[in-house]
Amino acid sequence: MNLESIRMAMRGIVANRMRSALTMLGILIGVGAVIILVAVGAGSAAKSRQSLAALGSNTLTVSAGGFGQGNRGGTQSRNLQINDADVTAINDKTQAPDVTDVVPIVNGGGSVTASLNGSSATVGQFLGTTPNYSSVRNAPVQAGAFLTADDLANHASVAVVGTTVAKNLLGATADPNSIVGTNVQFGNHTITIIGVLKAKGSNGFQDQDDIAILPMSTVRDSYTGNTGTINQLIVQASNANTTGAAQAEISSVLQAHHKGATANSFRVLNQAALLQTANASNRTFTVLLGSVAAISLLVGGIGVMNIMLVTVTERTREIGIRKAIGARTGAILGQFLTEAVLLSLLGGILGIASGYAGSHFQIVGVKPVIQTYSVILAIGVALAVGLFFGIYPASRAAKLRPIDALRYE
Amino acid sequence: MVAAALVPGALAAALAGSVAEMSTDLQTLPTGPATVAVDPDRTPAVRVPAPVIVMRSISKVYGQGDVEVHALRNVSLTIERGDYVAIMGASGSGKSTLMNILGCLDEPTTGRYRLAGADVSRLEDNDVADIRNRRIGFIFQSFNLIARTSALVNVEMPLVYGGMKRALRRERAIASLTRVGLGNRLDHHPNQLSGGQQQRVAIARAIVTNPAMILADEPTGALDSGSTGEVLGIFDELNIEGRTVVVITHEDEVAAHAKRVIRLRDGEIVSDDRQAPVRGLPPQVNPAHLTTPRLLELTS
Repeated sequence: MNLESIRMAMRGIVANRMRSALTMLGILIGVGAVIILVAVGAGSAAKSRQSLAALGSNTLTVSAGGFGQGNRGGTQSRNLQINDADVTAINDKTQAPDVTDVVPIVNGGGSVTASLNGSSATVGQFLGTTPNYSSVRNAPVQAGAFLTADDLANHASVAVVGTTVAKNLLGATADPNSIVGTNVQFGNHTITIIGVLKAKGSNGFQDQDDIAILPMSTVRDSYTGNTGTINQLIVQASNANTTGAAQAEISSVLQAHHKGATANSFRVLNQAALLQTANASNRTFTVLLGSVAAISLLVGGIGVMNIMLVTVTERTREIGIRKAIGARTGAILGQFLTEAVLLSLLGGILGIASGYAGSHFQIVGVKPVIQTYSVILAIGVALAVGLFFGIYPASRAAKLRPIDALRYE
Repeated sequence: MVAAALVPGALAAALAGSVAEMSTDLQTLPTGPATVAVDPDRTPAVRVPAPVIVMRSISKVYGQGDVEVHALRNVSLTIERGDYVAIMGASGSGKSTLMNILGCLDEPTTGRYRLAGADVSRLEDNDVADIRNRRIGFIFQSFNLIARTSALVNVEMPLVYGGMKRALRRERAIASLTRVGLGNRLDHHPNQLSGGQQQRVAIARAIVTNPAMILADEPTGALDSGSTGEVLGIFDELNIEGRTVVVITHEDEVAAHAKRVIRLRDGEIVSDDRQAPVRGLPPQVNPAHLTTPRLLELTS
């Protein structure tokens, strides 16, 4: 009997092709919108999570110069600089027990030009650091080797570069790894390339592969001068849960070391906190997009109900005939309910197809990521919409008295 | 060809079915003398089948108080199995109300109605639906076929609601359509058929469940004289096969085919004339024209 209801319902749907197609369109748009918009939300969440995760979720970034209310405080805070002594202090387990590693970073200059065999390019980031940069920043090499403690101690003229730098110098088609061993001119100095970093791609703000990393001692010797200042510290906390504690410890160490320093004199960025904030705002964004789409699904459902009411009225006589020849109440209810559910289910399936198709395109610069839960949810809601909005018209049909229905003109 | 080959089998099955029904009805036969009509011409050794229809003091009142309308007043009626009854009357005589009650589409205000042994005056909606499905074959003035649906599917429909398996009901629907001469129009939709053909599809739908009674409401009211002749011819044949036929009509031409004519006026039976015996041929059938041995046998 169930199969029979489906057959009858299909006949009903096919009998009014145009009307059925338009009704399905409502559900199609609703389901498609839910899938695409949730995918866009998820896509942008994934994007920002990726760029933050590249920094490491248990790392803190420390730089001099406060932000917010501290700026007005006077010149002294701006003159404060992080120095080598701070690195030693933060590395001290008794002063900062939650810190496992500290990486100093010295910026080698805003625009250093690299040149090799006649081709030259400006390097995006040119910095000096220590060997532990590789592990803390999660920056392994794909060819050659990273800087060593010896390189640092010997002030060696060596560098590790990103793939973008290698491609800029060798040409886009060349193997970037083949730059290892060549002598590249960075500014006024010749530096031997000893390794190529594994490609990371863009983090949304800058190309992370447009980078050259030298020993901190070399950069100070050749580019910045031996002032003992450090532009930035990357501090690794013991795990993602202790970043808050590590942040407080660093802040107090720095304030103790620098006369007149306040909490706002140094900027300590907590990646985990940033990640949480980003995740929360992304969730809000996704929920918002999803609910807008859900409203259109609801409107589609009302469309189904509207059409089913019209159908029942239009087919009153047919219902009368069916009842006269022996259809039970349940059979009529089943037929029209099946018709409503089939309409929205077919619309839902087409909606999923269009959602998948639509997600192949970049939308406002975001590559949508289809969420399985949104597909299941959308099809489930489409089914529920068909049932919910189909029940009233179908029960109206089932309750008709055959004698009245037969007389209906 | 296949469909044509099925016909004799289907007819035999139909006859066997009605015989089987008779015997079950005998077991549930009420003991009151009023419900058993004994034909004096027959020997007492012959078991007498129960009447198909027994109506006792049926009244139907529409509205209440000042607007009260008595559509039927105390109508009692017994119809034998195998009879061919025409119910006549002017509009407003109550014949439509009687037809609705006979067809279990409406309930009487008072009185009792037994159809093929079952008391239908006190049943639930779904049980009444089952009674309509199995025991009554409806034929309407306006055909009442389902639009945009093929003749075959229309005829199959009562069997669908009866819960019959697909292959079997298809076979029976084809046999039924072939029976009314539409074996070559199975896939035609109602709007592709003439009025007479549509009414024949409706007849095929009415007989496909092998019902105890065929109930026709002005079956020729929307037909030209040619199609009217065809449809009345089919009714005669169905009756010869042993089916009980009840026709509501206001046309004398239709009534002339019936074995018994009942006239209604103001909700009451005013005359009840027998034109031919229950166990004989309908009055308009000429025995000389019967070709089927089985039918000839009936006439002897």
